[in-house]
Amino acid sequence: MAALAEEQTEVAVKLESEGPPALLPPQAGDGAGEGGGGTTNNGPNGGGGNVAASSSAGGDGGTPKPTVAVSAVAPAGAAPVSAAAPEAGAPHDRQTLLAVLQFLRQSNLREAEEALRREARLLEEAVAGSGAPGEADGASAEAASTLLSRVTASAPGPAAPDPPGSGASGAAAVPVLATGPAAPGKVGSVAVEDQPDVSAVLSAYNQQGDPTMYEEYYSGLKHFIECSLDCHRAELSQLFYPLFVHMYLELVYNQHENEAKSFFEKFHGDQECYYQDDLRVLSSLTKKEHMKGNETMLDFRTSKFVLRISRDSYQLLKRHLQEKQNNQIWNIVQEHLYIDIFDGMPRSKQQIDAMVGSLAGEAKREANKSKVFFGLLKEPEIEVPLDDEDEEGENEEGKPKKKKPKKDSIGSKSKKQDPNAPPQNRIPLPELKDSDKLDKIMNMKETTKRVRLGPDCLPSICFYTFLNAYQGLTAVDVTDDSSLIAGGFADSTVRVWSVTPKKLRSVKQAADLSLIDKESDDVLERIMDEKTASELKILYGHSGPVYGASFSPDRNYLLSSSEDGTVRLWSLQTFTCLVGYKGHNYPVWDTQFSPYGYYFVSGGHDRVARLWATDHYQPLRIFAGHLADVNCTRFHPNSNYVATGSADRTVRLWDVLNGNCVRIFTGHKGPIHSLTFSPNGRFLATGATDGRVLLWDIGHGLMVGELKGHTDTVCSLRFSRDGEILASGSMDNTVRLWDAVKAFEDLETDDFTTATGHINLPENSQELLLGTYMTKSTPVVHLHFTRRNLVLAAGAYSPQ
Amino acid sequence: MAEEKKLKLSNTVLPSESMKVVAESMGIAQIQEETCQLLTDEVSYRIKEIAQDALKFMHMGKRQKLTTSDIDYALKLKNVEPLYGFHAQEFIPFRFASGGGRELYFYEEKEVDLSDIINTPLPRVPLDVCLKAHWLSIEGCQPAIPENPPPAPKEQQKAEATEPLKSAKPGQEEDGPLKGKGKEKKAPPLLEGAPLRLKPRSIHELSVEQQLYYKEITEACVGSCEAKRAEALQSIATDPGLYQMLPRFSTFISEGVRVNVVQNNLALLIYLMRMVKALMDNPTLYLEKYVHELIPAVMTCIVSRQLCLRPDVDNHWALRDFAARLVAQICKHFSTTTNNIQSRITKTFTKSWVDEKTPWTTRYGSIAGLAELGHDVIKTLILPRLQQEGERIRGVLDGPVLSNIDRIGADHVQSLLLKHCAPVLAKLRPPPDNQDAYRAEFGSLGPLLCSHVVKARAQAALQAQQVNRTTLTITQPRPTLTLSQAPQPGPRTPGLLKVPGSIALPVQTLVSARAAAPPQPSPPPTKFIVMSSSSASSTQQVLSLSTSAPGSGSTTTSPVTTTVPSVQPIVKLVSTATTAPPSTAPSGPGSVQKYIVVSLPPTGEGKGGPASHSSPAPPQSSAPSPLGASALCGGKPEAGESPPPVPGTPKANGSQPPGSGSPQPAP
Repeated sequence: MAALAEEQTEVAVKLESEGPPALLPPQAGDGAGEGGGGTTNNGPNGGGGNVAASSSAGGDGGTPKPTVAVSAVAPAGAAPVSAAAPEAGAPHDRQTLLAVLQFLRQSNLREAEEALRREARLLEEAVAGSGAPGEADGASAEAASTLLSRVTASAPGPAAPDPPGSGASGAAAVPVLATGPAAPGKVGSVAVEDQPDVSAVLSAYNQQGDPTMYEEYYSGLKHFIECSLDCHRAELSQLFYPLFVHMYLELVYNQHENEAKSFFEKFHGDQECYYQDDLRVLSSLTKKEHMKGNETMLDFRTSKFVLRISRDSYQLLKRHLQEKQNNQIWNIVQEHLYIDIFDGMPRSKQQIDAMVGSLAGEAKREANKSKVFFGLLKEPEIEVPLDDEDEEGENEEGKPKKKKPKKDSIGSKSKKQDPNAPPQNRIPLPELKDSDKLDKIMNMKETTKRVRLGPDCLPSICFYTFLNAYQGLTAVDVTDDSSLIAGGFADSTVRVWSVTPKKLRSVKQAADLSLIDKESDDVLERIMDEKTASELKILYGHSGPVYGASFSPDRNYLLSSSEDGTVRLWSLQTFTCLVGYKGHNYPVWDTQFSPYGYYFVSGGHDRVARLWATDHYQPLRIFAGHLADVNCTRFHPNSNYVATGSADRTVRLWDVLNGNCVRIFTGHKGPIHSLTFSPNGRFLATGATDGRVLLWDIGHGLMVGELKGHTDTVCSLRFSRDGEILASGSMDNTVRLWDAVKAFEDLETDDFTTATGHINLPENSQELLLGTYMTKSTPVVHLHFTRRNLVLAAGAYSPQ
Repeated sequence: MAEEKKLKLSNTVLPSESMKVVAESMGIAQIQEETCQLLTDEVSYRIKEIAQDALKFMHMGKRQKLTTSDIDYALKLKNVEPLYGFHAQEFIPFRFASGGGRELYFYEEKEVDLSDIINTPLPRVPLDVCLKAHWLSIEGCQPAIPENPPPAPKEQQKAEATEPLKSAKPGQEEDGPLKGKGKEKKAPPLLEGAPLRLKPRSIHELSVEQQLYYKEITEACVGSCEAKRAEALQSIATDPGLYQMLPRFSTFISEGVRVNVVQNNLALLIYLMRMVKALMDNPTLYLEKYVHELIPAVMTCIVSRQLCLRPDVDNHWALRDFAARLVAQICKHFSTTTNNIQSRITKTFTKSWVDEKTPWTTRYGSIAGLAELGHDVIKTLILPRLQQEGERIRGVLDGPVLSNIDRIGADHVQSLLLKHCAPVLAKLRPPPDNQDAYRAEFGSLGPLLCSHVVKARAQAALQAQQVNRTTLTITQPRPTLTLSQAPQPGPRTPGLLKVPGSIALPVQTLVSARAAAPPQPSPPPTKFIVMSSSSASSTQQVLSLSTSAPGSGSTTTSPVTTTVPSVQPIVKLVSTATTAPPSTAPSGPGSVQKYIVVSLPPTGEGKGGPASHSSPAPPQSSAPSPLGASALCGGKPEAGESPPPVPGTPKANGSQPPGSGSPQPAP
């Protein structure tokens, strides 16, 4: 279902051709032909996927712009045409599309409607043209197009190609066209909620079974599974939870309250403990009326719970259900579950346990098959002016030999093109400025002085404690060169400290600036206002707790995201707010600058992550697909990918170029609160509320390690600069250091594992743990490795 | 799969009466039951929904505590107007009321007079957020500085002591929340392949700093400078990092007692007992492992036949009392059903008491030890033997003078019995106290006992009235300071000091002091610690308390605050009291007020709270750091406050009674 919004693809393609810095906002409208290319890899399903995505993205209550039609689309999916195209390949999607069109027309949003219709028509053609496999599909496409024409017949302008000028509205709509698997959308919002939509969503529960039989059905299945062979039992046990949930919801929906209650009471104890949070939500849901606004419920309905089961086990189950004539359960399996059948040995309980836990089951195998360019980009070649003094100093210390080979290795590393790296201009990156080059040189110099870490050489940890924060510290970031620390606070302020003797100064007022001699060498020094020098600057502007903060790599900007739904860009030259990026209507939990600057990503309660560029007030990409809040967002070191961790207990990796979701990692048992990429870009480490840190191989899309030890939410993770050590900080007031080299040493990345996704995790957390450092009732909110591999940790002292 | 129920999913719903109450409060009188039920379901559901959303904000705010603002934000998510005015930082107490068959919980809203608010001075501005850096770890090793937590928390010490095989690094062993992950993994095969884990060799190697610290502390504890000792004891009682030195301290104490009992060095024994007390007061230490060394030492100080060079003059009784209280405290803390400390101790005491040949000193110690164990012990073990013991005492007191020492001993035992038994009897027996009945039951001690019981009753009654006025208890983690105005049994006070036969007085003081505390079944005895110093007049004793004494005048004496009563102090206390006009009413204005300091507050800033704190160190750790070299230098804050003692006064030398000599002229 990895659907593409082809306009985005096309924009990206265009950008690629245009060259780097001219990253434009997505211009939709023209280049429709290219759009077709974008859909090809979707096969016949592409059209449907696209449309579904559009409706769901709208459902998130998306952009705040009232002019943008799609935000109003939210309540779409109205059911007037629900009878249409019953047996088509994607009847629901088409039906949604029609409803959207109708809604647009009603709302007099003509341009958007036209854009959408044109696109839809194109899709149909694409589908038809690509020779849809099977006649049924072709027929359904035709049926749909006739339906479409009927619906749009009364629209004023037929599908005439728009002049590029009208691209404006199209462009506005584009960002909202989400990608990724059909997202449930965020229907929780009261404002957006609408009856028909919900009832459409719920209608699948309409089938009436005998409510009193449900318990019997369930316990019958339970008995069957428990009596089955050991090798199948573990696999089939996966069925318990989704079946339990759907049967319960059916009971509730059909207003058998008492039966539902007793069903819940009787069987909720059987469910795995990591589903506890969801069960808690379910337990409070006892009436049909409650189901309307409940997000968890909708997640279950709209996204099929994915199970991976071996063919043998599946046959066993199927036979059993058919024998018993257990239609109720069979229907649920058919309608609400996606069973990913594989050939071969059934998996062991351990293997299953490692992968399950997410809100919607495991990731499908094909979800992690696409190629990811996880290599690093080639570093631009910068002449490192060897400082004579430096050299002298080194020589005096008597280590000239050591330095030479090191330097070579660094040089060679950056010169050789990594086979896994994306093309250098895959996404346009900003050009290096002189100051950036200077910084790079500084970085390289520091690199030579870096401590080689390892199990025998642990880093020192310097802890920055925020005192008197009164439980109000919500976010911390440290600049790459470790000179500034920013803290986001619950009182809506952002505070920036200088931790070097160099104080923070702002630029002089315009009147004063005009007096400065612009030709002088130290003009950069002269523009600073000495009177404003202080260690701390406070940035006021947000109207809610600041949950995310991120410095730009060049230290000129600071991003902050807040409960008020905005992301703000601050200048660290003037210490004022430059832009407020409005897009998320709900709290924005995290934001981060790309390692190359210019782009940044944000994720929030509206379940989407957005990619922005600092000079565009609207997002360039919307990454939709998560079923719950996006808690944390991180850029891949090569800036081509973004990883997001969510409260739906999955981690997703998104391609910045086309907005596709290229990896879905399941296995966490709690909301994910921290992410970090290894410096070489190959691995990802994620930490969740369950206190575990999981390690992932991005290239193979596999879980490769599990670090157990923390007893509370892991809120910060960071690899050392060379990737030998992973540091994790947690709400349990500890910093722990892990041996990353050993963790990644002998990975099971043979073809079989890669193909099946079956992993066997070694139980070696204790061996990998190199150190545990308790703080004094100070949760560790942020970790950072300086360029010389000193760990900086930060947190607020919170007396009990 | 079918594991025990881990989920505590409760289907709590609000009672439908609540709906009625709410409806009534809004002026809707009649509301149908059915409506109530529907409303209840709906409201409960919505509340849960909001609470679940609010949790999200708590998590993202990196807090462990849900705040009212989290709820507000959750409401905002739902497009509901937040609840204004509920920004209480602290727990909001709900009041409960019932009546008319209804039960009601409500939040008390006080009417606020605006003029009051305007007139009150502004509260202190909270400190601004600031950033402080420290080393959490240096190349993998965590430095023991105040900013870091103590190296080994008490739980870990306990774990190491009780389950040495399990105690890996702290926090590593936890299973985490994932209990559902396969049970078979939980029981690791004991002998299969996996390398057998042996108890790690515990290395008792002290760093140079620790060695220095140990040397300084022990020297200060047994040295001659009282101020230093006070500091050292306070350090022992509060510092969090002493865990590694505990075996040393314990050996130091037990060896010290062994040697000094032989040498009859009363002063040193007292110092060592004070160290025991300080160790026990330290909340971060897990003493269980060393109790076996400490108990014999303490017991020795209670029941030893001779503790001082001149038993007729020296007040070794106070040491016995103090040690008895220590034992009682040890019993209270460490006695379990497996180690049976209390019953073993009780047996020891009883055995030596019952023995006919036991000298009076040991007898005194045994009784004191038993008596401190609480009212139940007194009731079951002491009261039945009162008659017998009374006869024995009378035999010595009334009979031919055999030895002065025996006389003194018998007298002490008598007053000790009276002191401890009277309150118990006062509780046990119904009010009319009849001399004859007492005589019949308790023999020769009866009449005295009777009068004591009467007094105890009167005192209890007085206490009941005055308890609010006279006792100020500042409750902190450990009760630190009790300021009690003890009504004195006036007529008995004077003149007791010089006559050896009437040394009962200090005991008397203690009685009154104890009674001043709110009555409780078995008052923790060690709380009552009288600080004093031998040579001191009030002007000299300038520890924190002297400020609270009204004037440095003659009558009100604030005895020196140290942690443990020494022998003289009590005498001293009496002597100052006796210098006061003897007949002043107990509650008279200040003249006979006794300030009895129970123990020092950890530091002055304990009350300051986190707001005034500029360092992340919680109060108790703002005491000198365990290992820092500075911990023992003289330049500590407390040192500045207390002037050095008068030179040449051998303060704690128990072998001479200078205490009675020098201060008396002073007032």
